[in-house]
Amino acid sequence: MPKVTYTSAAGDVSVLDGNAGDSVMEIAVRNGLPGIVADCGGSLACSTCHVFVREEDLEVLEPMSDLEDEMLDGTTEERRYNSRLSCQLKLEGDVHVYVETPESQV
Amino acid sequence: MSQNNGILIVGASQAGVQLASSLRELGYAAPVTIVGAERHAPYQRPPLSKGFLQGLVTAETLAYRTRDFYEKHNIDLVLSERIVSIDKGPDGAGVATAASGRRFAFDRLALTTGARPRKLQIDGAELEGVLYLRDADDAEDLKTRLERARNVVVVGGGFVGLEAAASARKLGKTVSVLEAAPRLIGRAVGEATSEFFLGAHRARGIDVTLDARIVRFTGDAQGRVAGVELEGGCTVPADVVLVGIGVVPRTELAEALGLACGNGIVVDEHSLASDGTTVVAGDCANLPNPLPREGAPERLRLESVNNAVEQARNAAVTITGTRVAYRMVPWFWSDQGDLKLQMAGLSAGHDQVVVRGTVSEEKFSVIYYRAGRVIAVDCINNPVDFMAVKTLLAKGLNVPAERAGDSGVPLKKLMADLEPAS
Repeated sequence: MPKVTYTSAAGDVSVLDGNAGDSVMEIAVRNGLPGIVADCGGSLACSTCHVFVREEDLEVLEPMSDLEDEMLDGTTEERRYNSRLSCQLKLEGDVHVYVETPESQV
Repeated sequence: MSQNNGILIVGASQAGVQLASSLRELGYAAPVTIVGAERHAPYQRPPLSKGFLQGLVTAETLAYRTRDFYEKHNIDLVLSERIVSIDKGPDGAGVATAASGRRFAFDRLALTTGARPRKLQIDGAELEGVLYLRDADDAEDLKTRLERARNVVVVGGGFVGLEAAASARKLGKTVSVLEAAPRLIGRAVGEATSEFFLGAHRARGIDVTLDARIVRFTGDAQGRVAGVELEGGCTVPADVVLVGIGVVPRTELAEALGLACGNGIVVDEHSLASDGTTVVAGDCANLPNPLPREGAPERLRLESVNNAVEQARNAAVTITGTRVAYRMVPWFWSDQGDLKLQMAGLSAGHDQVVVRGTVSEEKFSVIYYRAGRVIAVDCINNPVDFMAVKTLLAKGLNVPAERAGDSGVPLKKLMADLEPAS
């Protein structure tokens, strides 16, 4: 089962388990993690599930679509080299990825 | 006198779950009970007409929260109980009774009852295969029937109708959309956007009829729908008919309580109903415009995820003590097949329109102005403009119409140029 470690801007760490096929956003929202808002439920409409991905995890994730790339230009906290929208990060198998959530999503 | 029954949230909806979550986040310590009429744990509705119909997402993945979440945050989630009557005293406390007879005592009441589909009252409306789409069971039924259907007729060219039509088309069905108005999505977008969607859906093989006058649904000998008869005698064949002609807010409980109602349950800017104690959030609320300006309606009802979530948060703040006037930029989205429509602001009362980008490339924005200021935007496959205008409206900024049409320059840049140096 995939596992995600979320670290908030304040340094709070949560380690959550998901099911195969879940996105990093879905695992967070279903467990009520406050750092990810995801108003649109994962349809690439709101840019409120922005995360910073640990460098070594970037390559195990699905590549970014053009639409996600464009949406990242509109996040509340400025994008960085490791920015992704967590609704697009579907996890399979026994991966364990580490992400940081920004201070603000809206 | 409080007996520590806590809050009773009637409606296990997006707003209901958000209210419960926000109350816990804000440190509300009393009991929180959510009662829902459906058998399913609270789930997301937007995908029902999109990914769910197309088989891209399953019912299980639609849940908002895990079962553990409710347990961990001490939220009592009660399903399959429909509240049918409520007794409430002037202090806001009372007892709600479900159809089963089960009673729920509360110190504070919240109504997040949502809306039900508007029914089409014509001959043949009761035929098997005439469907509506609001909840998970509706979607499951529609999905099953779509598998066997060849001809699908959608009555209503609004969001739900067009999303479902595009989904059915993707599944290879013959799809007709019948819209009574002279243009598509007329309630939510301007003429240029309507015009674009008409052409785009037709180009994808959906047969769209505007100004459609439906006389009745025709059936076969088994009582199943077989067609939709239009004025003039022509009949469109149909194995499945989906009616998507808007929703009616669920106000029965509020009306029985004597709360002011009229196109929804009337609330103030703190999400309080007319009794001053009951909080209301989501599709069922008639609220003061959260983005007030000249030329915009003073009160309205917002049917959106964004409002369900934000108004529920506002209601949670009201309950936990502080009062903050509800302000936000309304926004909406609609995925219709491969067409992504995102809207921010309210275009009512606009006096100028600027089209930015290339319509023929299916990637552009329609920016609405009033008295020289941006008030709203419709973005088609153009999320960058959507995010920019949403931010612009939240911050009270502007981009002059004469510059906004230049799609070579990002709106964000144009805004930054004009932002007063602080």
